Amino acid sequence: MAEQKEVDRLTGTETTGHEWDGIKELNTPLPRWWLYVFYATILFSVVWVILYPAWPIGLSDYTKGVIGYSARADLMRDLEAQRAERAVWRERFEAQEVAEIARDPDLLQFAMAGGRVLFADNCAPCHGSGGAGAPGFPNLVDDNWMWGGTLEEIHHTVVYGVRNDHPEARMSEMPAYGTLGILERDEIAAVADHVLHLAGRGEDDPRGREIFAEQCAACHGDAGKGLAELGAPDLTNNIWLFGGTRQDIIAQIRQPRHGVMPYWFERLGEAELKQVTIYVHALGGGQ
Amino acid sequence: MTMETQRSASHPATPPSAASSGPAPADPGTAATPAPPAASPEKIKFFADREKIYPRNIHGTWRQIKWAVLGVLLALYYIGPWIRWDRGPGAPDQALLIDMPGRRAYFFTIEIWPQEVYYLTGLLIIAAIGLFLVTAWFGRVWCGFTCPQTVWTDLFMWVERKIEGDRNARLRLDKAPLSFGKAGRKIGKHAAWLLIALATGGAWIMYFNDAPTVVRAFFTGQASTAVYGFTALFTATTYLLAGWAREQVCIYMCPWPRFQSAMFDEDSLIVTYEDWRGEPRGSARKGQSFEGRGDCVDCGLCWQVCPTGVDIRKGQQMACIGCALCIDACNNVMDRFGRPRNLITYDSIANQNARAEGRPVRMRLVRPRTLIYIAVLAIAATVMAYTLVTRDRVDVAVQPDRSPLFVQLSDGSIRNAYTFKILNMERNNKSYTLTTAGITGAMLTVIGYQAEPATSTVLPARPDDVATFRVLVTAPPESVPLATHDLWFVLTDQATGEVVEHRTVFASSGN
Repeated sequence: MAEQKEVDRLTGTETTGHEWDGIKELNTPLPRWWLYVFYATILFSVVWVILYPAWPIGLSDYTKGVIGYSARADLMRDLEAQRAERAVWRERFEAQEVAEIARDPDLLQFAMAGGRVLFADNCAPCHGSGGAGAPGFPNLVDDNWMWGGTLEEIHHTVVYGVRNDHPEARMSEMPAYGTLGILERDEIAAVADHVLHLAGRGEDDPRGREIFAEQCAACHGDAGKGLAELGAPDLTNNIWLFGGTRQDIIAQIRQPRHGVMPYWFERLGEAELKQVTIYVHALGGGQ
Repeated sequence: MTMETQRSASHPATPPSAASSGPAPADPGTAATPAPPAASPEKIKFFADREKIYPRNIHGTWRQIKWAVLGVLLALYYIGPWIRWDRGPGAPDQALLIDMPGRRAYFFTIEIWPQEVYYLTGLLIIAAIGLFLVTAWFGRVWCGFTCPQTVWTDLFMWVERKIEGDRNARLRLDKAPLSFGKAGRKIGKHAAWLLIALATGGAWIMYFNDAPTVVRAFFTGQASTAVYGFTALFTATTYLLAGWAREQVCIYMCPWPRFQSAMFDEDSLIVTYEDWRGEPRGSARKGQSFEGRGDCVDCGLCWQVCPTGVDIRKGQQMACIGCALCIDACNNVMDRFGRPRNLITYDSIANQNARAEGRPVRMRLVRPRTLIYIAVLAIAATVMAYTLVTRDRVDVAVQPDRSPLFVQLSDGSIRNAYTFKILNMERNNKSYTLTTAGITGAMLTVIGYQAEPATSTVLPARPDDVATFRVLVTAPPESVPLATHDLWFVLTDQATGEVVEHRTVFASSGN
């Protein structure tokens, strides 16, 4: 570095004295306070490292910082504060019946918001994000209910579940007409044709009608309208849980499949159960 | 670029850092022309020390105008949040308020909702074009008179002068060894600055909170951390920028001086030195003849009063903020010597050239540049005003359910579900009738409000609030043969009959 100032002839500006292949750098000095601001940022980082969590130690530890800050603890505090804020709502939910809650516009709004999140976390894996279901997993948006679509009935189903080991669970089981040898292969086909006819599809089969009256009407009703108390589905509305083709129906008569739903009262609190009930009811099918 | 045109032949082109290579303040009485940088045995410096500027007090027309503008602007700023404006029960009664938690902005009768924030964009466009227009006409009036940096720096300099005295006294004080008197003055000055800075930061907070409430809370220790934090932040920035950084903000930090020369042309008014009659300069005694020499008596007052330490006689330069105080200074001197005023003048470059050659001068306000700015300004202002006056005070937002898009019910009919929001931007309870159009036989169900399907339903909305509903629309299959159909929601205000229509999509199986 040159020790003497040198002025560039063309620009009238000092050079830094640095030279590469005859090219010299002009010196346009930064203000000194700018330099101090730069030093201040370095100092800031040093202070930060002392105060806050900063450096990793190995793969699973880190420097904690002297003031003991933790983002996780912050989050826990926020969640706790949120729970406290919602306590007043929780109390109202716990104190009132589901039907009462659904009549109050503010509580309904709260239940819809909370229920949406609860549904997405707990129910959507089987019933779909919007409750549209999938083969074997009932659609909750339509107006067809196996176990009843009133608020109370939905609440019971959510709390105790379906076909699990809880004594209060929804329970029904259709006999396996084929594998148990109750009906012959051609008899099952005849019943299937009759069931399709009930749903407004295809010609009726008189033999099927006869067998249906003997074997099926006890649960599904003479007209095939189903019975929610027994969990017997309506067969007339063309909404099929395990598929609506003739093959699907024959398979279901021969060896029925039965869905299982866990009980939720252990995982969700009373207020949450009511919220998710109201949400499911409000998806559109509630009666 | 016209801005950089150097009419003074005796000096080299001035680089942007001209201000710091300006006159050395250490020799206040002597000639102002600094020696051009030349080879010397000093070491090269890669960082330039700030040369502290000691602006001298001056009296005159421009100083009067500057005081008046300063007074009006500071009064607007400090009084603004205290203006009350009755909006009825439940609404804030502060004329100017940005309610962040409530998501509302209030400006007298105008209430802005978050989705109307484009009015802010419009306002900023108008402000920018207005600034361009004023700059094209009158030069750096924004920088010299109205910029907050200028206004607060001027206020801080006034305080400094009251406590430490004028330029020469301050120079002496800074050179003097530390004493009780010096320490007292310095402490007093910084205390006064901090107090003003606190008032500035405090007033800023009032635009975001109810002023009387937040002031009471502030002094009783009840205010939120955010209020104390922002007050501290704006106190610190005011103190640092107006007390310490001053002209450094204009020269190094502000982007506006860097590109505003794009708005200048030879007809823009600027603060300029009439070198054609000032040169050759030289010191003069009272009553001596000015025959054969320039009018400039080289007294140096022009750069001594300059708040950014510029020597205007070197021509236009970036550090000159156009405050015109040097005009006042020079006029006082010219009066004393009986020479014509305005040796430093507020004039255009075109007129200066004309004056130098004895041609007639003229003020050209109407130029293609200004006409374009006026046209853009008029368009922006008209669009803004029109949309503001005709804007709806009720709006509808509709979101169709996407999972599932549609549901087939047990009787074969098709149902779609919608999240339906009514934005009631008025200050009273509203009741609306909701119907649909576009699909024959469509029936409405609203969760919690309309249990039985009907062709129309009644929906309430609270004042100044968003009402959210889950609306189900059921249509007979023969009405919806395609995959998607247009569906209109028609919302009628039961009191006023005002109608809002909103088109959305009704999905079906398409077979």
